[in-house]
Amino acid sequence: MSTTLLLIQLLNGLQLGVLLFLIAAGLTLVFGVMGFINLAHGVQYMIGAYLVVWFYGLTGHFMIALVLAMAVALALGLLLEAFVFSRLYDRDHLDQVLATFGVILFVNQGVKVLWGPTPLTIPAPEILAGTFQLTENLQYPVWRIAIIAIGAAVALLLWFLVTRTRLGMLVRAGASNAEMVGALGVNIRRLFMVVFGFGAMLAGFAGAIAAPIYSVEPGMGDDLLITAFVVIAIGGIGSIRGAFIAALLVGLVDTLGRSAVTDILKLFLEPSAANQIGPALASMAVYVLMAAVLFFRPAGLFPARGAA
Amino acid sequence: MRAALPALVVLALFAVVPWLAEVWGGSYLTSLAMRAMILAIAALSLDLLIGHGGMVSFGHAAFVAIGAYTAGIAITEGVTDLATILAIATAIAAAFALVTGAISLRTSGVSFIMITLAFGQMVFFTLGALNEYGADDGLTLWERAEVLARNDVLYFAILGTLAVVWLLIDRITGSRFGRVLRAARQNDVRVETLGYGVFGFRLTAYVLAGVIAALAGVLLANQAEFVSPAIASWQRSGDLIIIVVLGGMGSRSGAILGALAFVGLEEGLSTLTHDWRLIFGPLLIAIVLYAKGGLSSLFERRS
Repeated sequence: MSTTLLLIQLLNGLQLGVLLFLIAAGLTLVFGVMGFINLAHGVQYMIGAYLVVWFYGLTGHFMIALVLAMAVALALGLLLEAFVFSRLYDRDHLDQVLATFGVILFVNQGVKVLWGPTPLTIPAPEILAGTFQLTENLQYPVWRIAIIAIGAAVALLLWFLVTRTRLGMLVRAGASNAEMVGALGVNIRRLFMVVFGFGAMLAGFAGAIAAPIYSVEPGMGDDLLITAFVVIAIGGIGSIRGAFIAALLVGLVDTLGRSAVTDILKLFLEPSAANQIGPALASMAVYVLMAAVLFFRPAGLFPARGAA
Repeated sequence: MRAALPALVVLALFAVVPWLAEVWGGSYLTSLAMRAMILAIAALSLDLLIGHGGMVSFGHAAFVAIGAYTAGIAITEGVTDLATILAIATAIAAAFALVTGAISLRTSGVSFIMITLAFGQMVFFTLGALNEYGADDGLTLWERAEVLARNDVLYFAILGTLAVVWLLIDRITGSRFGRVLRAARQNDVRVETLGYGVFGFRLTAYVLAGVIAALAGVLLANQAEFVSPAIASWQRSGDLIIIVVLGGMGSRSGAILGALAFVGLEEGLSTLTHDWRLIFGPLLIAIVLYAKGGLSSLFERRS
């Protein structure tokens, strides 16, 4: 593999990692603070993508569409929280998995009814639409670099919110012991709602900025959601720092794995055998990584619960 | 006895379906019944884990896929002897369950859900990479295993397997083994203190459930005459959990009632509207929120 290709794959990996982080951040907080498994979190990502396409069609401006999409994604998230999820916090994980699975079925089908089953596309905003001359013979889409930058900015913002504000302090306290925080007089239900709404908006935001590079189709959030679960399992439930590091790790392993595993296998195996096993191993890489992390450290790399 | 009655009624119903089908429904009805029965076998094995063992596996469809692909590949390669296929499928499923179970059972709770999901996904991607056997598109079987070639034989083989598996699980859960499993579900430290190796009991249950699910997979491949990686997708594992909860976890009739209701709902709603998931999704939420104990509790409460 040439250095040029490696550089592209590194950037692609970072970009995937950033998107994963935006999804995993909400997921890990909701999971950490409320002990709530939300399979329907990927649905927020899909809704964000559809909304931005829809609003773009209406307004013709990407940035306006992005803001509107985030607002509506937030509203939908809060609606779901109020009518379905808030009743599930006291239930066991099995009930949560099932009910949120029901939400996935409904919303995926609903999106198919509203916008049809064919994938939609949307151009990147004009000022960021071109390509960037990385080296002499290597061009890279500006929008993908913008995603990496936006993701890094959001991560910084989150870090500031979580470690430097009162709300963040409550969230951290909630992740380590929600009952105790409630006993100290904090309205835990409202904290839940804020965390949930924020997470839903972040996932919607991820979907919206991903819309120009991926095809927007029903079920687009499902596989990414499973990968986001891999991220929070590796990073440690409830930990933003863990989610960030694990997201970049998973993004890089997945992207580099897809191009490198086959090449590495060719060193040991016949090319035909390597070509057969390579792609399967590459798709599996992140799951192998997660199984290994959970085996040695069941609470993940940076566990929030019980941590000082 | 009372708790087992619904299952016996459904089994009897399945037994007369071939005759019913001659009057109404034909092969559509029988294939629907076969699908329900195969799902019931897989759900019975999953209920041993979830309902009795408290082990929420989110990768159980992988075992069904192992059985299905063993049958699919064996038949494609010209091995149509059912005993051989069953022996291979059982051996692979048991070995896979032993290794992944030993790793997964080091964790519990949410981590267990995630790690079983991870192993399920590994199987899913492995099957998608089998280029000689259809890769992502799947594999069409041009014939069935020898003894199952006739339609009526296949039907009653599936029904017979379901009945035997149901009895077997019923025996197991009623035995000392089942009691230890349920006790460990409530408090594994206490059970450990009493001198039972909880890990061993759980691993045994995990392997057993995996083998039974693979059996369902072998039958599925013969019934559908088609296998694809989608059998191992996490959505199918989700379906199996739905069936178990819908029927009632850890109950004697739950898995069978759940499978019947699941297939019935799917078919019933999809004749109603093409977008049947718009109804099924909210229905699922409503069931979780308001119908604790599942279908079987409707029958048990009176006793």
